[in-house]
Amino acid sequence: MEKRDVIIVGGGPAGLAAAVELYNKGITDILILEREKHLGGILRQCIHDGFGLTRFRTTLSGPEYAQRFIDEVVEKKIPYRTDTTVLEVSPDKVVTVASREGLVQYQARAVILTMGCRERTRGALAIPGERPTGVFTAGVAQAYMNLYNRMPAKEVVILGSGDIGMIMARRLTLEGAHVQAVFEIQPIPSGLPRNIEQCLNDYNIPLYLSHTVTDVHGGSRLTGVTISRVDEHLRPIPGTEKEYACDTLILSVGLIPENELSLDAGVKLDNRTKGAIVDEHFQTNVEGIFAAGNVLHVHDLVDFVSMEAERLADSAAEYIKHGSLPECPVEIVTDGNIGHTIPQKISGSQDVTLSMRVRSLIKNCRIVVKQNGEEIASKKMKKALPAEMIQIPVKAEKINGTQKLEVSVEC
Amino acid sequence: MLREFTCIICPNGCEIEADIEDGKLLSIEGATCPRGEAYVRQELTDPQRNIATSVLVKNGVLPLASVRLTSPVPKERIFDVMAEVRKVTVEAPVQAGTVVIKGILGYDSDVIVTKTVTRK
Repeated sequence: MEKRDVIIVGGGPAGLAAAVELYNKGITDILILEREKHLGGILRQCIHDGFGLTRFRTTLSGPEYAQRFIDEVVEKKIPYRTDTTVLEVSPDKVVTVASREGLVQYQARAVILTMGCRERTRGALAIPGERPTGVFTAGVAQAYMNLYNRMPAKEVVILGSGDIGMIMARRLTLEGAHVQAVFEIQPIPSGLPRNIEQCLNDYNIPLYLSHTVTDVHGGSRLTGVTISRVDEHLRPIPGTEKEYACDTLILSVGLIPENELSLDAGVKLDNRTKGAIVDEHFQTNVEGIFAAGNVLHVHDLVDFVSMEAERLADSAAEYIKHGSLPECPVEIVTDGNIGHTIPQKISGSQDVTLSMRVRSLIKNCRIVVKQNGEEIASKKMKKALPAEMIQIPVKAEKINGTQKLEVSVEC
Repeated sequence: MLREFTCIICPNGCEIEADIEDGKLLSIEGATCPRGEAYVRQELTDPQRNIATSVLVKNGVLPLASVRLTSPVPKERIFDVMAEVRKVTVEAPVQAGTVVIKGILGYDSDVIVTKTVTRK
């Protein structure tokens, strides 16, 4: 069996950033495994700009952002294999791989999980009705248009106000389709305000909150959808049904970390994030298996994915050099207003940045981190949306002992 | 008159409230950086947008190369820009950064390739 210090599963933004940073820290016996034909992950189809403002202080398209990391991988001669699917990662870090060359196994000292996430589908929402073609997730429509030069729609209705859905509303409009409206079941949009402005408002595409699809019509191709208003419990209100004739329904209704391989490896997941439970080293419960990026928790910006993967790589490099990492006995718990934090456990002996999201819109509040009832970090929020990831730095000198940290919202 | 803006310059998406009289900006609130005020001033006089799309590639490993503008153009010209870009076909290999239209519609903005496509 071939041996590697570090195997990276997935050559998207997280995997690429981790590889480059590992190399910079002196760990060069690396292999990136990517199931697609090219490195870059989902960024390859995200041709719009706005990437890199935090990481590179300039605005780039998705392919350009990915290329900056790919160029470094190539320049440093970091080994990678594309068209190569990881079938299994075992708890003792044997990685089984399928490609044109057949089945290969690697024994790794550390495995970095950077598989990203996938889209929720119609099946996951259990939308009733017929089952015609013409119902696509936003990312699938984006791949058709931006990778394969196929136009999937003429008359469009979009369900869900996720960022990719709004970006596809603009993209479809630019290519001559008519986007009638975006419907969102929640009372607040799930995507970023700037995308509502530049993708919907710019093209006079209405956004209806507290509305959802309650029926799907069509034989072989979609002919229309029924839209209903929903009440405060998100239940459709009888009598509010309205018919929209359309040939395409685009779904932008959430992303789920893709963790089948992690589960095989014995990695424990957090029910709230659907990603691994990690400590401040981004190490999972399985020693030597790390996770970062959208496979860990869904991010709003790729810049934060890269930066998280770089922090992971710094720890993974320490792990390779020393064979273990400091214990992380300090647990972090949240109140009902904060969905989760990443990491979920810390050492208490080094500075750490907590990533989190609020569960509903809050205004003029503070997010407070406490230990033993004493405030050790906080952030003032004029307005916080579930669409945005919030980061709060916590200083090691403020942390006393191994009592848990409590993160809450105070208004 | 008070008008609300959502700044699109960065992902913070600041909600900006501006007091405007006869197209003139009297006061502004809510921008967390100077780019917010610049954005509102631009929106009042001449709203500008960048745009991304793709051009056809002949003999490439991919059928399309993505493109964007090097700087924004007036918002109402976006569909004219799309019509110009649609006329372009490039021959592989094509490098990211290659200018496919210099000075689109006479503006100080080029259409550049954002994805390298090798020859098949």
